[in-house]
Amino acid sequence: MMPNDTLSKVLYIDLSKKKFETKDRRDLFEKYLGGTGVATQLLLEECPEGLNPLHPDAPIIFAVGPLTGVFPLASKTCAMFKSPHTGDLGESHAGGRSAIAIRMAGYGAIVIKGASEIPVYLTIQGGKVKFKNATTLWGMKDGSIPARVMRQNEKGEGLRAIFRIGTAGENLVTYSNVTTETYRHFGRLGLGAVFGSKKLKGMVISGKQMIEVNNKKEYRNLYDQIYKTATESPIMKKYHDVGTAINIKALNFIKALPVKNLQFSSSESIEPVSGESIAQHHLARRVACAHCPVACIHLAFLREPYDDDPYFYKTSPVCYDFELIYSLGTMVGIDEPTNLLKLIDIVEQVGVDAMSMGVILAWMTEMYERKMISPDDLDGTEIKWGDSDAYIEIVRKIVNPTTDFLKACSRGVDHAANQYGGKEFAMQFGKNEMAGYHTGPSGYLGFLLGARHSHLDNGGYSIDQKDLIKIDLTAQQVVDKLLEEEAIRQILSSVAVCFFARGIYDLKMVSEALKLLGYDLSDTRLAEIGKQIHLNKYTFKMREGFRFEKLDIPERIYETADPTGKITRKFIHEGINYAKSLID
Amino acid sequence: MKLSVKDVMRCVGCQSCMFACSRRSGNAGLSNTCIGIKSTGGISRGFTVIVCRSCENPPCAAVCPTGALVPKEGGGVRLNSAKCIGCGLCKDACVIDAIFWNEEQNKPVICVQCGYCVDYCPYEVLELKKDKKGVTHDAE
Repeated sequence: MMPNDTLSKVLYIDLSKKKFETKDRRDLFEKYLGGTGVATQLLLEECPEGLNPLHPDAPIIFAVGPLTGVFPLASKTCAMFKSPHTGDLGESHAGGRSAIAIRMAGYGAIVIKGASEIPVYLTIQGGKVKFKNATTLWGMKDGSIPARVMRQNEKGEGLRAIFRIGTAGENLVTYSNVTTETYRHFGRLGLGAVFGSKKLKGMVISGKQMIEVNNKKEYRNLYDQIYKTATESPIMKKYHDVGTAINIKALNFIKALPVKNLQFSSSESIEPVSGESIAQHHLARRVACAHCPVACIHLAFLREPYDDDPYFYKTSPVCYDFELIYSLGTMVGIDEPTNLLKLIDIVEQVGVDAMSMGVILAWMTEMYERKMISPDDLDGTEIKWGDSDAYIEIVRKIVNPTTDFLKACSRGVDHAANQYGGKEFAMQFGKNEMAGYHTGPSGYLGFLLGARHSHLDNGGYSIDQKDLIKIDLTAQQVVDKLLEEEAIRQILSSVAVCFFARGIYDLKMVSEALKLLGYDLSDTRLAEIGKQIHLNKYTFKMREGFRFEKLDIPERIYETADPTGKITRKFIHEGINYAKSLID
Repeated sequence: MKLSVKDVMRCVGCQSCMFACSRRSGNAGLSNTCIGIKSTGGISRGFTVIVCRSCENPPCAAVCPTGALVPKEGGGVRLNSAKCIGCGLCKDACVIDAIFWNEEQNKPVICVQCGYCVDYCPYEVLELKKDKKGVTHDAE
């Protein structure tokens, strides 16, 4: 790396002692680039074995990459922590201005440990960390209000990122998230609860430094090449136009869209919540992450009349994409867009992962239908498929639980199903609630074997759609493809490139871009580093008790029709056993 | 030629223009940018695009105690960096905050109306305007 690059600076913050220090960790950034690669090492260093994820000593790590602030679409921050949701590797990525702000503030990573006695928020600016009293912000029911207060009180307009949790994080809901720039999330695996356990309400970070490159002419040329592809390629345009929501119709058509807790894989009534229809009737604005020309963030405006005053409306901007329409729409039988947007809005306000919440609501509805839980368990709320008002009530109740059942639901569908039954239709993989892809066995093997049990670990659903739907592959062949893809993605998330840009940044391109920042790493070498990072993650997972043989698979996946017709117990178990033989 | 905001409502807040402006120096980052994009009180309300309007009687030059900011014919100013003492009065004098600051050098960054940023706005928010005389034009 370049001699003066501040990427190697790691900011260590101690919330117990209200102290901070900066260390140069060139050792880590030269070996593992940044982002996921460096964050994994910092997690292994900073998180003692077997620690309760909500213990003060548990670290929160944020890391950005060398390409952040240098090339477009490299604006992702990797958050790493021990997950209170799975007790396993906690990793989630977010864009917004988060990565640019961390890099421009002069850091490659931030490590937060300890716990404050009173609620605080942090400001990180000009090489200093300030600990601000957030007592007054604690408990505000709409998480966007504390963000507004931070926005009004702190400087750095246009250059800053504002992170914050909602009441779900404060109340330690294990799938609570951290929101940045109102619409981007460190969504999965419960970073919000880790913030909450430290009484950390949020943080504001900003800066605007220079990053030196070693060949100015080459830099501009390569920049232009990447920028041109990003703004002109049809792949990126897809993310901008209708966005990922375009997949609702496509997956419904091939019978791969989970409907009503995956009792079905398509529905005849999804048209109003299709990406095209929402774009036509409700889309108000598209916005972008910092330093990304694509603008894939879709905001709808929800207009709700007040009952007590004619012509008086509440208008709320609501961010949506494929995963939200699936989890808070089709999965719970909501096919009316206004009702969908209302449910998304409350999920945003309290600050929980939308996919986890949707899957829990869907499982709960089936439990209720089967009379495996009573109205008393739900504290008097009657629920049925598609009833958004009831679901809104339930979301609020899960965040402030009044019954043992709702309390169990605040810890995830696996936890709740272990206590109340219904495991065969509790749609979790590695204790993480599923994403919206009933595409075939590769999708499920992807969830099961991915280091963080996310669909984005390896994009298994794509193997189903590109390959398995047409040709036969063995489970071993599928797993080989998954592992190869996951290794490549470790590099993307280490240099901090958005996975949407994976078509632009192949390893050759990453290698060329890194050369301008003083790294001499061939694409082959990068692939090796990617594999190593993946194994390092498994080192953490195994250390914390992950075992392939303990993976629970809900029977439902074998029962509902899928596009490949190849989801069998044999295929899934062969895949898991093969992965175990390679990784264990 | 004059940099102008053609349609602020099309801005998505990607800040590609800011990075482009800073990249004129050949390096990456944002230290040298003299165009600013910020939300208008939250991203959902859209964005404010701040560009130098090349005032014909520039207030920034009027307050400069050392004559480092020199008004140009037809509007705008030129920075004579050697004369600049980094006092920041020019920054305070600009009511639209179009004087940006290079923290590393403690000097203002002044838009030279080169239009490099325009080529990196994918949504046609910016344009480089030319009037009949080829000099100045009112901008948004």
